[in-house]
Amino acid sequence: MTTKLAAPGTIGGTTTAGRGKRPRPPFGVSVVAILAVLIALFSLIPLGYVGVMTAATGWDTAIALIFRPRVGELLLNTVLLVVVTVPLCLVLGVGGAWLVERTHLKGRKWWAVLLAAPLAIPAFVNSYAWVSAVPSLAGLGSGVLIATLSYFPLVYIPAAATLSRLDPAIEQSAASLGLGAWRAFFRVVLPQLRIAMTGGALLVSLHLLAEYGAFAMIRFDTFTTAIMVQYRSTFNGTAGNMLASVLVFICLILLLMEVRSRGSARYARVGSGAQGRALRLPLHAYQLPAQLFLLALTALAFGLPLSFVLRWIIAGGPGIWTADEFLPALLQTLGYGLGGAAATTVVAFPMAYLAVRHPNWFSKALELSNYVTSSMPGIVVGLAFVTVSIRLVPGIYQTAGLLVAAYVLLFLPRALVNIRSGLSQAPKELDEAAQVLGKPPLMSFIRVTLRLTAPAAAGGAALVFLGIVNELTATLLLSPNGTRTLATEFWSKSSAIDYAGAAPYALLMILISAPMTYLLFQQSKKAAGQ
Amino acid sequence: MTDYSPSRLPEPRIAASVATSTNNHLEIEAVTKNFGSQAVLKGVNLSVAQGGTTAIVGPSGSGKTTLLRLIAGFEHPDTGSIALNGSKVAGDGVWVPAHKRHVGYVAQDGALFPHLTVGQNISFGLDASSLPGRHRGIKARVSELLDMVSLDPAMAKRRPHELSGGQQQRVALARALAREPELMLLDEPFSALDAGLRVATRRAVGKVLKDAGVTTILVTHDQGEALSFADQVAVMRDGKLAQIGNPFIVYTRPADRATAEFLGDAVILDAWMEGSLATCSLGGIPVRRPPAQGRVQLMLRPEQIRIAEDGPIRGTVVDTDYFGPETTVRLKLNIPPVLAEGAVADHRYPGGGEVITIRHWNASITRPGTELCLRVVGEAVAFPMEDLAPE
Repeated sequence: MTTKLAAPGTIGGTTTAGRGKRPRPPFGVSVVAILAVLIALFSLIPLGYVGVMTAATGWDTAIALIFRPRVGELLLNTVLLVVVTVPLCLVLGVGGAWLVERTHLKGRKWWAVLLAAPLAIPAFVNSYAWVSAVPSLAGLGSGVLIATLSYFPLVYIPAAATLSRLDPAIEQSAASLGLGAWRAFFRVVLPQLRIAMTGGALLVSLHLLAEYGAFAMIRFDTFTTAIMVQYRSTFNGTAGNMLASVLVFICLILLLMEVRSRGSARYARVGSGAQGRALRLPLHAYQLPAQLFLLALTALAFGLPLSFVLRWIIAGGPGIWTADEFLPALLQTLGYGLGGAAATTVVAFPMAYLAVRHPNWFSKALELSNYVTSSMPGIVVGLAFVTVSIRLVPGIYQTAGLLVAAYVLLFLPRALVNIRSGLSQAPKELDEAAQVLGKPPLMSFIRVTLRLTAPAAAGGAALVFLGIVNELTATLLLSPNGTRTLATEFWSKSSAIDYAGAAPYALLMILISAPMTYLLFQQSKKAAGQ
Repeated sequence: MTDYSPSRLPEPRIAASVATSTNNHLEIEAVTKNFGSQAVLKGVNLSVAQGGTTAIVGPSGSGKTTLLRLIAGFEHPDTGSIALNGSKVAGDGVWVPAHKRHVGYVAQDGALFPHLTVGQNISFGLDASSLPGRHRGIKARVSELLDMVSLDPAMAKRRPHELSGGQQQRVALARALAREPELMLLDEPFSALDAGLRVATRRAVGKVLKDAGVTTILVTHDQGEALSFADQVAVMRDGKLAQIGNPFIVYTRPADRATAEFLGDAVILDAWMEGSLATCSLGGIPVRRPPAQGRVQLMLRPEQIRIAEDGPIRGTVVDTDYFGPETTVRLKLNIPPVLAEGAVADHRYPGGGEVITIRHWNASITRPGTELCLRVVGEAVAFPMEDLAPE
């Protein structure tokens, strides 16, 4: 990077007549770098906001607000939630993945998709369905139940992808060294799943910290729900800000733990040559229990929410399909989803470009900032944007633009990961080949690099779209007056105990999410191959 | 492996004219290039004649690919200038970007566009409006180009990943030829192919380019490829061109010891130079244009040292490596008879007892321990002693 930027200065000179042109660095690298820095700075707004707010509060007030029984209570709730839910998700996710990928499970093609399906149901819709089924649900146990059923696919998907790609030769070596199937699984296969498991565990924990709707509905208090309550009552109070800084602190600790436990070990396949097919264990007498277990799991995680949404729709009859409320919500959701997905893809591109084409400390630092941002809960992003916009640029408060900006920030990592892998399929040699064939740099870039990156970018955009459609917390804080998305409409109706009225919105969110979830599932299989 | 055995050497050809700069297709003057603090090119001068074939050969990291990328217009020289057909394209404040230089470029792996068919790849650089019959004109041109590189025109509909490595390289060549460039740059285009295919593809590519009269520059780390492909070989080492000349000259009369050893196996012996005769453990050997008198280093190619029926120069076989058609023989040279008999040490006879490596076709007479008579064919090359200084 530094050398490229230095290039013009060292070569500069006068332009001679005719065909001469002043030398310049390759395709606007400096422009891309400046853009990427601006984006990184923008993405650090939430973290900066928390830091500045904590500093501005003063130590005495901060300590008084942080070290009080209420915070301890929330901390206990949050920690217990994470400590109980994450292991459950790991057991269900890895167990499911192992059954599907490594045993002679009957109907495993169907089970493979069904186990990922709960991801298509937003957690707050899941919570709504469970409250409909068991109205007395409340507290930690219920929180764990709903969160586990909603989030175990976040472990299942990467674990299944890794297991399906794992070289069977490793297990065969273990067998030849005298290990039975069970011991081979625990001593050889499970360690190979470490990256998938730590990554999945981090994702689940971050979701647990960020989730608002699902826990608010069962009156289970976490930091996020408490911050929302504070915000509702005092708008921009110091107490809420302090809760936010504790929340951010926990997120950063989780990030650090994941980096630590991921380790520096290399789990890629050593050596080349074709890989054999995965080994599958016969289940024999365990076939029926396995089938029953998976049936129960998918029934609780997917069947129950879907059936209760449908029950409310039937119970509500045609009266709940009020076109003047329903259509605007659908259109606005699609609008925000498409706009946000497009904006996120555009914003992610310069960072991905730098990371792939000019990897150095600079692009690594940018990526790190992005990694930190990816752990920020929606509520913190929302609070930061509310405060920053009111204090610095009041004109943009409660505008669609600000909400889209928050979406970009929340879902940037999804786009980034996809565009990165796409760009690495388009080496710069191809760009150069196009230039030497007479295409100007910009034209070469469009016809070769952009074209080759397009499919991956589209996949990333679809996942961002999925995220925006189901986003509730930041949308509640930042949306302009009169905005109705499927998520906020669902939320306002179900909060008012109009469960039948909320059902169509829930159904629509599930229908929009389903194909995207399938896409995510497919992509993970491909990604694990690299 | 044995590309530099004498039977494979091309007939000596007249070296490309270096004197007249106006007729040269490509003129590189005092070009330097740094990447950060690392100097990759340290002042390179090179002229390539119209229609000539030049191979830039050097070990990896010597800067040869950087030089090619400078010619193509992918990189800017820090200082110095590059001219094509007498007009500057880089240096002295001039910069002509890659897409306006009108040169062909074939990369190591072909760099075919994976999202386009073979036909679309080849026609990528073609301008439909400039061809008669527009769309049909393009199709005809693609068929013509595929035919030129000996591929079936029906391949135009295939995707790059459906082709073998050799076929991909040929398509890349056809794509580069489509715009009828006058200068073709080849960046190790054969190195990714396996040995048999490499020779066949190199021959085919060389013929196509020769028939089309295209000035060609080949970058390679394979000395055999450089010597057999080009009529001018430029040896690159450590960011500089150590020697430029026709293949026969650079192989048989390398400018320094490092060049000699890079271009092929070399037997290096201490020797005493008097007039144009060098005396060493292999006897007296004629040297053309000796660079110094007195103590020198003498370079012979292994194939110059033959096994004779009888003679005063002898060596004892240490060990051998059998390769089928030939055997590599390591010999320990005997103490020359003059030293063995005469009691007085003679400063003109440095040593004896060196271990050298030669080749022979008959494995049966080269068993370890056998004493063989040796004779030397042709002239040797002498290097001044300072070449001994560690690099």
